[in-house]
Amino acid sequence: MDKFSMNQLVLSFLLVVTPLLVNAEEATSTAPDPVLDKRVLAIAEELRCLVCQNQTIADSDAALAVDLRKQVREKLAQGMSDRDVTEFMVERYGDFVLYRPPVKTTTWLLWFGPFLFLAGGLLVLGRALKRRAHTAPTAFLSEAERRRVATLLGTITESKENT
Amino acid sequence: MKRFLLPLLIFASLVIFLAIGLRLNPKEIPSPLIGKQVPAFQLTQLHEPEKMISSADMAGQVWLLNIWGSWCVSCREEHPYLMDLFKLNAVPIVGLNYKDGRQDGIDWLRQFGDPYKVSAFDHDGRVGIDFGVYGVPETFVIDKLGVIRYKHIGPLTPEVITGKLLPLIKELNRG
Repeated sequence: MDKFSMNQLVLSFLLVVTPLLVNAEEATSTAPDPVLDKRVLAIAEELRCLVCQNQTIADSDAALAVDLRKQVREKLAQGMSDRDVTEFMVERYGDFVLYRPPVKTTTWLLWFGPFLFLAGGLLVLGRALKRRAHTAPTAFLSEAERRRVATLLGTITESKENT
Repeated sequence: MKRFLLPLLIFASLVIFLAIGLRLNPKEIPSPLIGKQVPAFQLTQLHEPEKMISSADMAGQVWLLNIWGSWCVSCREEHPYLMDLFKLNAVPIVGLNYKDGRQDGIDWLRQFGDPYKVSAFDHDGRVGIDFGVYGVPETFVIDKLGVIRYKHIGPLTPEVITGKLLPLIKELNRG
């Protein structure tokens, strides 16, 4: 056993075992590229996964999401701009693939509708409050009624004093 | 009486929006490819890998492209209707075997029947992405000039075939 040093043994062990640990899925470029990855993530977070429609392809584990992420990565690596990659997806899947709907004439109601409802609600509220202020009664009780109340109360206090 | 008019109007418009909105199916996303040229592709044939099949091969005729996979359960649902359509001989049907194993696809067709003139083997799904595929099975109707005229998402049913596809195919064949 002296022929092989400990280092050599460990090295050969690692050389044999490491390839077995590599994931068998085909990868476009295995070289880690943090700049590219950041760009891929940024785009992936703006694209909707069409299978689980409330997730982005960055979040989703659906097979389609994995494929689309791969495509984004490839296209970016080939030199496409961020905008072109997004355009590529919209060409094939339509506006719905954009996680944030674009602001077009067809989506104005979607984007500005809630504010319209808020404005409408405030208007109605404002009008209702104003109306209430105008129709407030000047007196709660008439003169005769007030005298009656006084006498009744006076009666009660009188009887209390007598006991 | 006038006080009730505004809430009534609001309620009525709400009912209208719900009546329309609740009946829409979010899975049926309109395809941006309708009216556009069929995406160019060139793939190996499923049964004969040495031969190629490309979109250009079908130019000059009205044809159907049906996206399928042996792993896809809904494809089993529509398959008998596809076989019926095949027997009608009304239109050539090209299959796109999407994200499948070659042998799995071949075996599936042998087991259930092969309605396809030819099946293109799209192993990694790239051509599928060009077609905007997200919910297999999907079926495209393509005219003689190679323009996509109609896309059906999900399994075909006899109603869709007789109600939508066949009339469209007849009309496109006339032109």
